[in-house]
Amino acid sequence: MRDKVTIRLFRGNADGGTETDYEVTTFPGMVVLDAIHQIQGTQDSTVACRWNCKAAKCGSCSAEINGRPRLMCKSHVEDFADSNGLIRVHPLKTFPLIKDLVTDVSINYRTAEKIPPLTVSEDIPRPFKMQQIDVERIQEFRKCIECFLCQDVCHVLRDHNRKDGYFGPRFMIKIAALNMHPLDSENRLRQLKEEGGIGYCNITKCCEEVCPEHIHLTDNGIIPLKERVADYYYDPLKILIRKIVGPKKR
Amino acid sequence: MASYSANSREEGRAPLPMENRERDWWLMPLLTVVVLTLFGIYTTFRAFENNYYHYTNNGADYLSPFYSPLLPIAWYLHLPLFGLKMVSPAIYILIFPLAFRLTCYYYRKAYYRSFFWDPPACAVAEPRADARMKYTGERKFPFILQNLHRYAFYAAVVIVIILWKDTVDAFIWTNPDGTHHFGIGVGSIVFLVNIILLSLYTFSCHSWRHFIGGKHNCYSCSCGTRSSYGIWKKVSFLNHNHALWAWVSMLSVWFTDFYVMAVASGMFKDIRIL
Amino acid sequence: MEKYTTYDQDVLVVGAGGSGLRAAISICQAGLSCGIVTKSLLGKAHTVMAEGGAAAALGNMGEPDNWKVHFKDTMKGGRFINNPRIVEIFSKEAPDRVRELEEYGAVFDRTPEGLISQRPFGGHTYRRLNHVGDRTGLELIRTLQDKVVSYKPIVYMEHTLTRLLMDGDRAVGAFGYNRQTGEFVAFRAKAIVFATGGWGRMYKFTSNSWESTGDGAGMAYEAGAELMDMEMVQFHPTGMLWPPGVRGILVTEAVRGDGGILKNNKGERFMFNPEYMPELYKGQYADTEEEGYRWLTDKVNNRRPPELLPRDVVSRAIYKEVLAGRGSEHGGIYLDVSQMGAEYIKRRLPSMWEQFYSLGGIDITKQPMEIYPTIHYTMGGIWTESETCSTSIKGLFAAGESAAGLHGANRLGGNSLTDILVFGKRAGDHAAEFAKNADFGKIDSSQIEEEANTLLAPFTNPGKENPFKLTQELQEAMQEGAMIARTEESLTKALNKVMELQERAKSIHVEGDRVYNPGWHTARDIRFMLKTSEIICRCALERKESRGAQWRLDYTDASEEWGKINLIAQRDGDAVKLIHRPVPAMAPELAAMFEEIK
Ligand SMILES: Cc1cc2nc3c(=O)[nH]c(=O)nc-3n(C[C@H](O)[C@H](O)[C@H](O)COP(=O)(O)OP(=O)(O)OC[C@H]3O[C@@H](n4cnc5c(N)ncnc54)[C@H](O)[C@@H]3O)c2cc1C
Ligand code: SF4
Ligand code: SF4
Ligand code: FES
Repeated sequence: MRDKVTIRLFRGNADGGTETDYEVTTFPGMVVLDAIHQIQGTQDSTVACRWNCKAAKCGSCSAEINGRPRLMCKSHVEDFADSNGLIRVHPLKTFPLIKDLVTDVSINYRTAEKIPPLTVSEDIPRPFKMQQIDVERIQEFRKCIECFLCQDVCHVLRDHNRKDGYFGPRFMIKIAALNMHPLDSENRLRQLKEEGGIGYCNITKCCEEVCPEHIHLTDNGIIPLKERVADYYYDPLKILIRKIVGPKKR
Repeated sequence: MASYSANSREEGRAPLPMENRERDWWLMPLLTVVVLTLFGIYTTFRAFENNYYHYTNNGADYLSPFYSPLLPIAWYLHLPLFGLKMVSPAIYILIFPLAFRLTCYYYRKAYYRSFFWDPPACAVAEPRADARMKYTGERKFPFILQNLHRYAFYAAVVIVIILWKDTVDAFIWTNPDGTHHFGIGVGSIVFLVNIILLSLYTFSCHSWRHFIGGKHNCYSCSCGTRSSYGIWKKVSFLNHNHALWAWVSMLSVWFTDFYVMAVASGMFKDIRIL
Repeated sequence: MEKYTTYDQDVLVVGAGGSGLRAAISICQAGLSCGIVTKSLLGKAHTVMAEGGAAAALGNMGEPDNWKVHFKDTMKGGRFINNPRIVEIFSKEAPDRVRELEEYGAVFDRTPEGLISQRPFGGHTYRRLNHVGDRTGLELIRTLQDKVVSYKPIVYMEHTLTRLLMDGDRAVGAFGYNRQTGEFVAFRAKAIVFATGGWGRMYKFTSNSWESTGDGAGMAYEAGAELMDMEMVQFHPTGMLWPPGVRGILVTEAVRGDGGILKNNKGERFMFNPEYMPELYKGQYADTEEEGYRWLTDKVNNRRPPELLPRDVVSRAIYKEVLAGRGSEHGGIYLDVSQMGAEYIKRRLPSMWEQFYSLGGIDITKQPMEIYPTIHYTMGGIWTESETCSTSIKGLFAAGESAAGLHGANRLGGNSLTDILVFGKRAGDHAAEFAKNADFGKIDSSQIEEEANTLLAPFTNPGKENPFKLTQELQEAMQEGAMIARTEESLTKALNKVMELQERAKSIHVEGDRVYNPGWHTARDIRFMLKTSEIICRCALERKESRGAQWRLDYTDASEEWGKINLIAQRDGDAVKLIHRPVPAMAPELAAMFEEIK
């Protein structure tokens, strides 16, 4: 392992900035977040970054390492240094920049507010009885640590900047967790199709590739939701049957 | 080291180019383009060739999947399609698997990425994304039709059943006296492998997974949902490798047709094993 | 004078961990306007890191569990200096608070009957920890977050408060800054809830995040509030040890609950050494390794292995093993679950597996982990009244890790996640009640000006102390002097160092501007850390006995007199005033019940 690596860090704000090189001393098991902390402690105490747990549990330390969205606390320095010992660390590029590695991710919190919470009808007996097989599926989505890496990489938000039309992958699986909840009684398909913009997703699966929790966002979340939306809004046979028989109660 | 000024697409974004320097991201899209294009050319050629699709020498019965089922010769010749007089039954057959694969959730990913560059790879900038700000995903025609994937799946199931019958036929050899016997040729094995892979691909379909159990929210709530849970779990297991099945089954179909074409045209000989 | 923005809220909740969010729910439900302030983004507070589960006697596992047993376990774990009334409320209300989470959307692991599944944990007689794999804290905070957001309160993300604003003897607001812009903010509120978490950041090897600098306790102390049991700092027996990049990160107790065993370098399960078995727990744990293994499959007819003794006991045993030269390669102890099989481990402990694999490069299904105690939790905190969670300052309420009284000398695993629910709700309810009957107080602009000057001083200060450097020195001093094993000498040394650092902190200098400047932020945080550290050292010196987390090598036994006393620390000018206060007596019916099930 190298004794030293160079962190090429973006320094600046939305008006402009530079990439600045910092040399850091490595130690076994060092992650990129350690490197940033070392820079803060010994070279420049104004370097801004977010972190909390340093154990890949809180989803604060999202950044782009060598151009790809990752958690800094989970990215080992030795895996990312190129042949010159250089690692590029950039802020998330889909969200407005505040300073250095800190971006304004507040849009995600505003989106979350639009999703109605779990609604369980009064006639369901309490305490709830649910079998493990019924909750397994939604437990996967509930592993989400809200690092917003998937939101960052999703090309609908990143390249096309359609934040006005699409909630983004994180919120697709959030709705999935509610929609697939055995006791939820809210109809969420309309929101998915209209406001949520599930149709914008072209299932190119980058969200799934970057998710640090290894959630199968598309295969287990977005695609099943697309099928549910298709059931209701696109399948001519189902629509016809519904017209004849009347809407099914959920 | 570069200095950047603020000219990103959205107000306030980091003034940095979107680039992924991590790995050879272009490899996968390139491979996809090359293989899919070659397959397209080959299939088109074969579809119009209208020859060497049924090998019956020595009592064999190898019918190319491109031409199965055998359509009655008479009528297709007179059917107009796109204002043309079509010359091959394969056209009418191939549109079904084609539709299945075109609307398949995996292939969508593959061609949106490699042909449309939407996006070419993760965190790689889309070329001229500014100019293409009108991106609508699968909300507008034609891509909104992807929502009907399930119908393509239904058709694909019919095709799979037919191809299973062809595979059985590939193991049944005709004696000169018109009676039949069981036998195995290299071709039979090719057919068997192909149909297994095709079945794996077809029955790992996302729409099928939804249909067979994914649509339920509570599996333990009734007898019916309880049993669909078991099947759903198994389909989910297959579904996990849907992309893999998509690739290998495409290659196997390709090879099966090629094999039939080769032995029928005498390029090389089929070998009897049993 | 410096510019600042003022916000008015009926109730101001400081902290968006479990306790803050639960309090906010109650306040919103009471129909009051609620502001939530947090130093990080919403959903990132410390609570998110909790793993093992939330203890509540639901009795779902076919064992005769009830609130009384939970009460008894908690009192015992706390070595009887917890406030019995607080513990009573806690163990009685915990089940409801957990079930309520399901209503809000939490999805716990299930038993075959479809109820919430519960797992065993150190010091709990029965299986009692309601869990979701090993990410219970995430489930809890996300559930509360979703619930609270549906009421649309105002969440001030990335705002740090540094000063409680007083109107006479009543708290009427708080002052601080917006981390993102560096602008100053003042809040005016009829009631204030402190849910600011703990202060594990003072130690070098810690499972705590940068947030745990004890701001809440620090602000309350500066405003004259009473702090209690500050010497009681919990060391979790199993922190990651190797490689250095991961040192201190927590290995959940669930690993031991699910079959993990502790071994020294001779391969012995040293916890079976009778020397480590405290009088209080004799006869309640397995005597042989066979029984320990049998317990894994048959919990009713066997006793649990001694690896599941309370945390203070296990931490001390590890400390002694290492001291006796039976430690692992890097000076720790081995924790091994590999014998449980890969499939089981990945199902029961998915995030532990991931944590070791991706952070440490170790596959725990094949290899043992190397672990050493890590600082984890602070039992002490702001003194609160048992029914209402009000503090000794009028208008100020406290809940969660920042409050004291529930855990006594040692917290049982899993009790904190229910603590924050039970007392988060109570603090919210009573703060709302208080606010309904109160007006806004008068904000004294001289206090604001004073604090603004304090905050800005490091920019213009001619000194050149580096805040990060000071933090590091403090962490080393506390790690050395006020860790698991304490003596008069070590504590005095740590205290002297802390006092020296307090002096040096006056000449901290920082560069840059106020926009998201970590150096500047640390400059203020360290003052809280230094004060809290001083109080910890002073209380630890004062308590001349060993009890729970406080282990004095020069006073190795628990003393009966000290067992009746809580140490209260209160500000007296620049000095720390220590008060000996009798532990509240147990109500007769509780005491009787205690006798009967003992
Ligand atoms: C790794 C780990 C695992 C754990 N596992 C378990 C477990 O299995 N079971 C269990 O019961 N307990 C566990 N705990 C303990 C438990 O998680 C915590 O004690 C509990 O979550 C504390 O919650 P809280 O609401 O009191 O405070 P926190 O969650 O710490 O929240 C504090 C909040 O206050 C805010 N704040 C602090 N200072 C200021 C300020 N100056 N201005 C504005 N805001 C401020 C912070 O931003 C934060 O939002 C674990 C702890 C850790 C570290
Ligand atoms: S699969 Fe859909 S949601 Fe995921 S990154 Fe691609 S477009 Fe975005
Ligand atoms: S789904 Fe995965 S990538 Fe997206 S926010 Fe959640 S944890 Fe992060
Ligand atoms: S610091 Fe919590 S995920 Fe990296």
